[in-house]
Amino acid sequence: MSDLGEALERLARRRLVGDGVEGLARLSAGATQEIWRFVLRDGEARTPLILRRAPGGTRVSETAVGLETEARLIEAAARAGVPVPPVRHVLEPDDDLGHGFIMGFVEGETLGGRIARGDALAAARPGLARQCGEILARIHTLDPDEFPTLRRSTPARLVSQYEEAYRASSWPRPVFELAFRWLAGHCPPPAARPRLVHGDFRNGNLIVGPGGVRAVLDWELAHVGDPMEDLGWICVNSWRFGVAEKPVGGFGTREDLWAGYEAAGGAPVDRDRALFWEVFGSLRWGVMCAGMAAAFRGPDPTVERAVIARRASETEVDLMRLLAA
Amino acid sequence: MQDQPTPGEILAAVARFLREVVAPETAGHTSFNARVAAGALEMARRQLDLAPAAEAAEQSRLAALLGVGGDLAQLNAELSRRLAAGELDLATPGLAEHLWETTLAKLAVDQPAYWGYRAALAERGSAPD
Repeated sequence: MSDLGEALERLARRRLVGDGVEGLARLSAGATQEIWRFVLRDGEARTPLILRRAPGGTRVSETAVGLETEARLIEAAARAGVPVPPVRHVLEPDDDLGHGFIMGFVEGETLGGRIARGDALAAARPGLARQCGEILARIHTLDPDEFPTLRRSTPARLVSQYEEAYRASSWPRPVFELAFRWLAGHCPPPAARPRLVHGDFRNGNLIVGPGGVRAVLDWELAHVGDPMEDLGWICVNSWRFGVAEKPVGGFGTREDLWAGYEAAGGAPVDRDRALFWEVFGSLRWGVMCAGMAAAFRGPDPTVERAVIARRASETEVDLMRLLAA
Repeated sequence: MQDQPTPGEILAAVARFLREVVAPETAGHTSFNARVAAGALEMARRQLDLAPAAEAAEQSRLAALLGVGGDLAQLNAELSRRLAAGELDLATPGLAEHLWETTLAKLAVDQPAYWGYRAALAERGSAPD
């Protein structure tokens, strides 16, 4: 058995109330972190679990919150009524598994295309956008003061953060320049009441079953800022999976999203802010993709990285349609 | 002169091998990555086929738009500088058209199946491929 498998065996007995583990397999999802699935044995009982850890056991990037914080965010979200996988254990140094945590396995669909178009979820789709709005309203009730290490952002600071990342790539992109000018000219003031923002709430980071959203994943980009950012990001073209007329994740309308948000106690939705964040979202994803070229030439020379780097141009066509149609 | 088959033909054959043999005969992460790798080779093949003509056209549009010479990287850097400085914008004659042509040419190589690209082609009345 591998080192990882042996470390998990020890962990199962010491921390998880089990006899051992079986069926350890790496899942292909998650380009920036390792995600493993395994089954915990306890007598006759078998419990599927997920190990989420950073490659080499360290923090993945400057913008990521760190896996220990991510685990604490998930626990706080659960208390606020947000559907999330239950956190079973946060790794400690003597677990010999690096940084990360173990959570329950939630059955359901995560592939964005199947959530937007698959027959199996046809009955769930009409309710998803409203449900996403309700979930976001609950996420935005989390207390930012409980997470003092999270980055504090304003719209202007986020734009300049991504502009710096783009300039650091030293690769000219006239369409991005156009978008940065537009954002500078349409940048709203800081949120009157900054909230804890998930930061990557979109189709692709949700587990969906026939009854709707079962879990919200990937909390690594959480920060404190304008709550409208989350409502814009889920409408970005890149997460519609070909269903143009359903801007919310390819499954719903902005009106349903906003109605759910407001009905669940979220602040009244500011339409102009939501549009700003949608344009920002396309550019942000573009800058993130473009940055993969440096990661590919540096620490992570995988084919997957190379291919994601070449998705930056998708956001260029999206930005052209938004700004120059 | 190098012999046949061409690099494009070789890339296409390796992509087929990955997609039709390796991916179905492996599992999990390896199978997934075999399909990703096939897609990467197909992208490289499209670039070999399409980029020379597209980049030549891009270079002459840029030279006309900017009134200066230079290679493609220099011209794009100059266009970027002028856009960032506000010296050029979408009201500049020829600019929007140039950005559209350049963007669509990039997508034809990178992601010809991307729905936003297909939608842009339809909106602009161009035939795909």
